[in-house]
Formats: sequence, structure tokens, C-alpha cells
Amino acid sequence: MIALRRYGLTVIAVFSTVIIFIVPFLFIVLTAIKDRTEAARLDFSWPTNFPVWENFWTVISTRNFMLVTAYINSTLITVGAVTLLVILAAMVGYVRQRRKGWWNGLVDFLVLAGLMMPPAVVPTIWLLQEIGLFATLHGMVFIQVAYNLSFCIILYRAFIATIPRELDEAAIIDGARPLDVFFRVILPLLKPVTVTVIVVQSVTIFNDFVNPLYYLPGNQNVTVQLTLYNFQSQFSTAYNLLFMNILLVTIPPLIVFLFYNRQIVAGMTAGAVKG
Amino acid sequence: MMAMSSSATASNAPLTKRQRTSPYPTWFFLPAAIIYGVLFLFPTFSSIYFSLTRWTLFDSTFIGLDNFAQFFREPFLIQGVINTIIFALVTCTLKVVFGLGLAVLLTSDIRMRALLRSIVFFPVLVSAVGVGIAFTAMMHPTRGIINIALDLVGISGPGWLTNPALAIYSVALVEVWRGVGLATVIFIAGIMSIPQDYYEAARIDGASAWERFCYITLPLSRPATVTVIILSFIHGLRNFELVWAMTRGGPGFASDVLASVIYKQYQAGFYGLSTAGNVVLFVLIALMAIPLYIYLNRREGHQ
Amino acid sequence: MNTKTARHLMVGSAVSALMLTSTAVQAQTVNLTMLVDNASHTVAISEALVAAFEADNPDISIDIETRPGGGEGDNIVKTRLATGQMTDIFWYNSGSLLQALNPAQTLIDLSDEPYMDDIADSFKQVVSVGEEIFGVPTRPAEAGGIFYNRAIYDELGLEIPLTWDAFMANNEAIAAAGHTPVIQTYRDTWTSQLFVLADFYNVLAQEPDWAERYTNNEAKYATSAIALRGFEKLAEVHDAGFLNADFGAAGYEDGLRMVVEGEGAHYPMITFAIPAISDTFGDAIENVGFFAQPGDSAEENGLTVWMPAALYIPQTTSDEEAARRFLAFVASPEGCAVQNEAVAVNGPYLINGCELPEDVAGVVRDLLPYFEEGGNNAPALEFLSPIKGPLLEQLTVEVGSGIRPPQDAAALYDQDVVRQAQQLGLDGW
Repeated sequence: MIALRRYGLTVIAVFSTVIIFIVPFLFIVLTAIKDRTEAARLDFSWPTNFPVWENFWTVISTRNFMLVTAYINSTLITVGAVTLLVILAAMVGYVRQRRKGWWNGLVDFLVLAGLMMPPAVVPTIWLLQEIGLFATLHGMVFIQVAYNLSFCIILYRAFIATIPRELDEAAIIDGARPLDVFFRVILPLLKPVTVTVIVVQSVTIFNDFVNPLYYLPGNQNVTVQLTLYNFQSQFSTAYNLLFMNILLVTIPPLIVFLFYNRQIVAGMTAGAVKG
Repeated sequence: MMAMSSSATASNAPLTKRQRTSPYPTWFFLPAAIIYGVLFLFPTFSSIYFSLTRWTLFDSTFIGLDNFAQFFREPFLIQGVINTIIFALVTCTLKVVFGLGLAVLLTSDIRMRALLRSIVFFPVLVSAVGVGIAFTAMMHPTRGIINIALDLVGISGPGWLTNPALAIYSVALVEVWRGVGLATVIFIAGIMSIPQDYYEAARIDGASAWERFCYITLPLSRPATVTVIILSFIHGLRNFELVWAMTRGGPGFASDVLASVIYKQYQAGFYGLSTAGNVVLFVLIALMAIPLYIYLNRREGHQ
Repeated sequence: MNTKTARHLMVGSAVSALMLTSTAVQAQTVNLTMLVDNASHTVAISEALVAAFEADNPDISIDIETRPGGGEGDNIVKTRLATGQMTDIFWYNSGSLLQALNPAQTLIDLSDEPYMDDIADSFKQVVSVGEEIFGVPTRPAEAGGIFYNRAIYDELGLEIPLTWDAFMANNEAIAAAGHTPVIQTYRDTWTSQLFVLADFYNVLAQEPDWAERYTNNEAKYATSAIALRGFEKLAEVHDAGFLNADFGAAGYEDGLRMVVEGEGAHYPMITFAIPAISDTFGDAIENVGFFAQPGDSAEENGLTVWMPAALYIPQTTSDEEAARRFLAFVASPEGCAVQNEAVAVNGPYLINGCELPEDVAGVVRDLLPYFEEGGNNAPALEFLSPIKGPLLEQLTVEVGSGIRPPQDAAALYDQDVVRQAQQLGLDGW
């Protein structure tokens, strides 16, 4: 009886989750495959014709295949920044969590400040111009690292607390140097949180639009979110093309997420073995 | 940095060779500190100077604290502060509750687990612009799917975004929809790092699912809970992407939050004033978030 | 012809062909960049102008870059100018927004160009500081007023109203016939300002020096009966129940559709909507007409005019000579002809010698008399005074939704513009 009721509760939970999360998604997909006039009504109707291919091709080919350039740029920036973020943030979180020192309060404050204070655009541009990083992809990588470090450090710091200290101490007694302890012992154990950091930061950086808008001007430097401006302006919006574009730029992060999902499943079995 | 680490160890009394080369060297901070310091801290905090000036980007005139006086005279400031706090509390609480619930559901042994996780995480992937347009359309008072659905069960739905008393809550709910996937993956990572043998031991002792949740999952996923609370609370205080995409602070000023007020000043070209606003917002967030952070982390220490 | 000469010839022509291509390559060295806003018509016109210009000037190529419009776009333009990163040519508003760019220090003065004599003085005024002129017009003159649905007017036998009372009487009749008299679309908050902004001709008709006194901190919306009328008119249409039921949730594009398809009778808007209507609805554009927002007296009926955006050259341009050539092209009758081809024309050009095509839409013909001999028009306030506050659109949404009385909103708006005047460093604030 109890098992049956529990089963029923789970079914209800799953069902309402699906409804709440799927319906807006369906709306986006439906709008993306309508023609412009029908899409402009922004309602939940079934399209009368399906210009899927036309919409797709228009979005891809607009302004000299801008979207393709954007995919390449955004991917390069995302891969570079996320790699640096994982290593640098894990290093900070590790030492911050393990070692007591007078600087702990300061480090915590500076990390939180990164979440609390919005960056100042114009002084940053002056600085980037001075050091020759303005309007360059690697400059953008460093900016993304600087702006997202706080988030990653907080995540790592919290999860490093769950790794027993005995593990690193055992390695130290075995004579491992600090870098070995970190890369060989700690980082592998941080896999669940690392995967989380990778997936969350990939999405954030890939989808960022304010920072590239100011720090990375120029047609050759366009990033994916800026392509949305091709179809949406103050006075007119082609909703079908806009939503098709939104769907298309969602695919790369979705792939990252599907990969993450498999890693989590792998982590589950690994955890079971470890236990 | 060298000087810093040696002085730090010096204060730890007996100076042995082991401690001089600590297994947790402070130079681990260095690469992150350089990037963060040069590209974020330096320009951001030096820009605070401009909060004391009338700044057109082309030139600036020093005017003392006038911008702060002006900012506090902003006609809808009180309303904005109240909305900011409502938005942060509502989104933070609901993200924690639903995020934890979904994480438990999605780490349990149910069918289609992978698919369900993707569905819950999908909103995080979609741009705020898209989410804003989609929900604004679905919350249309007469043509929107939400009120059409409510009509079917005999409820006449409200003007979700057009009713001044309701708008900020509607936007907050959409923010929860969009952000709960993020909270969920952090909770999943937290639950994943709980050793399985605790659950097995509990099962052998005959603990019910509810007991296992209360005595194992909840306390042991504490690092995840602390992280989600801190991140989503600060995010809620500072972020206005969805407010901007859905209502632009309207109708009128009914759903303005501090960050959107500041953004409007920035858009209008009041660069000194908006910098002052950012300083005020920073202080306000710090006053709420730092005590919360210390409190949450102290409890962790006691455990 | 023997093989030897043939070979010579071939080599010769190959060499000359090589030289030709190399000179062509050498001549193709000037690459300009141009920043324009991302409105589809701006992009279409820019692309058409650039294509026509490149065909005439093979030695210059222009790469178009887009940016968002609105406040975000203002910031991008200011940021890029202030940090020396502006493109070689850029497209931006005239009037008060231009003044915030510090034009005398950042832009190139074009007053010595011969074509300036052919550009309307009314336009030159809004792109000038002192004697210096900085821009050329990108579009015909625009106007703010009221789009109406012709079918509803025909069905009810209504006249074009010349006074506000006549307008309200028309609304009464339209409502009685079961139609929606006035369309408002507050999802796009900027659309809520029209009743206030397009009323400015009526303000000037009563008090010709109002704009000047406004700039000098002497005239105020809340204390000037005539200027307050704009806010009151907005409140009147709301209080009389003339608005569409979903005014809070509808958007600009809904508004255009409703007035074209007769779901509503009147939609106050600026005439830059004409190309949008023509694009989306094609020939159905003939369903709509246009009239100026009426004031209190029929004799003084006239139109509030908006000046189009302009093209400017920043002082940091990489090739001033080439950039000037492009602007000269845009300011010529050939340039206008290219525009006529690219998008539906929406008013009279501001350049001497530019002709409207024969087949302009009826709504444009409604507009022309106001610009001809004997017609009355005056610029909108933002072209006469640098002062425009950022909160106006939120305040007008409140007035138009019945949340706030007009007197209150006007007083708050007066308070709002103080910051702008101080930011600009105007005297007397």
C-alpha cells in the first residue's frame, strides 16, 4: 500500500515536472518553425505551414554566415576560459579550504566581491587597450576567467571540504609534492563538482552577450548571442527566426550537458565502488 | 608572495622544515590572483572614483558626494529596494526547495532519469531573451496559455505581468524556472559525493526513505546547500536580466529592482550616477550576504 | 599570324592582365567599416547604399557592422567614441542624442562640403554645434501623429479630426459602433510616450518659445497648462475606456497589426512604422491613413516632425577622404533613389533634388500637405532642446494605465530631467 502511494507520488512529481518544463520549450520550438506572420502572434497554435528548412537556412546564412563565425569564436573562448577556470579555481579553493591563515578573510571577501560588484566597462576597455588585449579572443578568454572565478572558487571550496584530509596527508607522507597531491589526488576526487563547473561555466560563457558586445567589437569577432540581434531590434522582431536562432545556439551547450549527464552516471557507479 | 607565505608560517610558532614548504602553498593563489586582480579588481574598484564625478565618458568633473545624494533622492528607490529583497528571497528560497527536491528525485532510481535531468537543465541553456519573450507571451492576460488553461478549470487568471501588485512575483517565478536547473546540478553533485555505504547502513537498519533524506542526504549535502543559498541569493539581489526582458521594471515602476534602476541610469548616460548606484548596491549586498556567508560557514565548522 | 607573335601577344596580354589585376588589387586598398543599428530597415538601406556606392567606387569597400538600438546602442556608440574604437563611419540619431556624443571633440566637421547647400536647414540644425555640421540625413523626414483605419472611418462616415474634441467625439462614435477607438501597446514601453511627444506642435503653436524656456529651466510640464495637455490627453483616452482591453500586454507590432486589420481605429505612432507596415502587410498598407495629433483649435492644426538619423565620421576614421565620399553619395539624389528602391518611403526627403516615387502609399500622401506651402509643422522637443529624461516612458505607461494622475506624472518627469540637464552641464540648473 505504502509502496503504491509512494509510486503515485513519484509519478505526480515527474508528471508535473515534465509539464512545467516542457510547455515553454514547446512554445519556443513551435514559434521557431512558423512563418513570420504566424509567429508574430506569439500564441500556442499549431502552424499552418512548416518553413522549418527556410527558417533554418535564413538563420545560418544571414549576414555572410555570421552564425558559423560566431560558433567558432564562442567555442574557442569557452574552451579556453573553462579550462583555465577549472584549474585556477580548484587551486584557490583547495588551498583556501585546507590552510588556515590571516589572509582567509581577505580571500573570501575578494571572492564574494566578484559576485557582488558589477565590472566597470569603460575603465576595463582602457586597461585592455593598454595591455594590448582589446578586441582579441585571448583577451576575451582572460576577461571571462576574471569574471567567473568567484563562482567557481565558491563551488570548489565547498566541495573540497567533503574530501577527507587523510587522503592528502597520506600522499604527503608518501613524499608527494604539492602539485602532485593536487593534480593526482585531489582533482580526480573532485570530478562531480568539476563536471558541474564545466557544464555551468560553458553555458554562462557561451551564452554571454554583454561582455563580447563591449570588449570584442568587429564582425570577425562576433559571438553566438550577438547573432540574436540579427532578428530582434527595437522596432521589429522576426520571432520565428529569433527562436530558431535561439534553438541553434542552444545545441552546443546541450551537447556539453549530455556529456555531463553520462559523467554523472559514471560518478554514481564509481561512488558505489568507493563506498 | 614569497614574503607573504614565510611571514604567514612564521606566525605559526615552531618553524620546522615541513612547515616552510607547506603542502598547501600560497602560490596556488597566484595565477588566479593576477588575472582577477588585473582584469577585475583593479578597473572595477578604481572606477569607484567616477562615482564622485559627473562623468560623460568623454570627460569628468569632480562633484563630491552629489551623485550619492542624487541616487538616494531617486523617486522610486524605496520600491526598488523592497522589490530587490522580495525577488532575492523568493527566488533563493524556491530554488533551494525545488532544487533539492528535484536533485533527490533525479538521483533516485527512477526511469528516464537522464531525459528528466536534461529537461530540468534545459532552461539554463536558453538565453534570457528567449525565456523572457516566451513567458511574456504565455502570461498574456487573455491569449496566454496559462490563463487559457486556468479558464478551462474555471479560474479567471490575473494579468501576470500587467497587474502592478503581481508583476515582480511573476518575474521571480520565471527566474526560478530558469535557474532551478543550476541549483539542481549543484545538489546532484552534493548528493553524489555522499558515500553510498551510509545509505546501505541505513537501509539495513530499516530507515525509511524520509528518514534517510532527513538524517543522511540533508546534513551531508550541506556544502551544496550553502553554495546554492549564497550563489542564488547574491544572484537574486544583483541580476535583473529577466526583469529587463519581461517588464522593463513596469508596469510603471512596479517591478523595478535596484539593478534595473541603475541600468536605466547607465543607459541614459548618467555614468557617474550609475557608478554611485553600483557602489550603494554593492554595500547593500555585502551587508546582507557577508553575514549570511559567515553564519553558514561557521555552522559548517562546528559540524 | 605566326606562332611567335601569337605567343608574344598572349604573353603580352597575360602580363597586361596581370598588371590590370594588380592595379585593381592595389586600388582596392581602402576598407572602411560602418556601424549601424540593427533595425531591419537600417540594415537594408545601409546594405543598398553600400552596394551602389561600391559599384561606382571600386577602390573603396565598406564593411557593415550592426549594434543594438535603444539605450544599449547609445552606450555602445558613446563607449566606442570615448575609447577611440569607433568605426570609420557610423549611423546615429540626430538632435539631443547627438549632443551627448560631444560632437565638436569627436566628429569631423562637414560644413565645407558643397552638398550642404542642398540639405534642408531644419535638418542641418539638428546635427550642428555652432557653425559646424556633422552629419547627412539617412532617411526622409518623419512625423509623430495618429495612424487610423480607413475602413472604420468610411463605415462610420467620420471626418479627420482637427481638434482634440473632434477626436474624442470620433472615438465616442467608434466605441458606440463596437470598435476599439484607441490602440495602446505598453509591452513596448516606448510606444506609450507618443500622446505626449506628438503633442508638441500644439505646445509651440501656443507658446513659440516654450522649448527655449524649457532648456533654461523656466518652463515646466507640470506648471505649463499647454504642455500638460499631452499627459492629460493620455489620461482622457484611458479614463473614457477607449483603449484596447490588452493595452498592458500588447506590443508595438500588435499595434500595427490591429490598426491595419481594423481591430482598433487609432494608433499614435511615428511614421518610421510605414516601412514596417509595408513589409509585413504589403498592399494592406492602404487600409491605414495618418493625421496630426489635434490640439484645441482647428485653425492651428499642424504636425510634430521627427528628424531622421544621420551618418557621421569620427575623428579617428582611418580614411577621411573615402568616408567623405560615401557621405556625399548618401546626400545626393542617387543616394535617395537607392533608398526608394530599398524600403518603402515614409515622407519627404530633406535633400534638394530628391524625388519621391510616383506610387507612394496613401498614408504618405496624407503626410505631405503638412510639409508643403501653407502646411504647418514644427520639430519635436528632442530636436529643440537637449533635455529628455529617461523615465518618461515609464511615467506615460502609468498615466495611460490609470495608475497615476497626469499632473503627478508631469511633476515627476520635471524632476527626472534635472539630472539630464546637470549631466549636460547646462546653465541655470
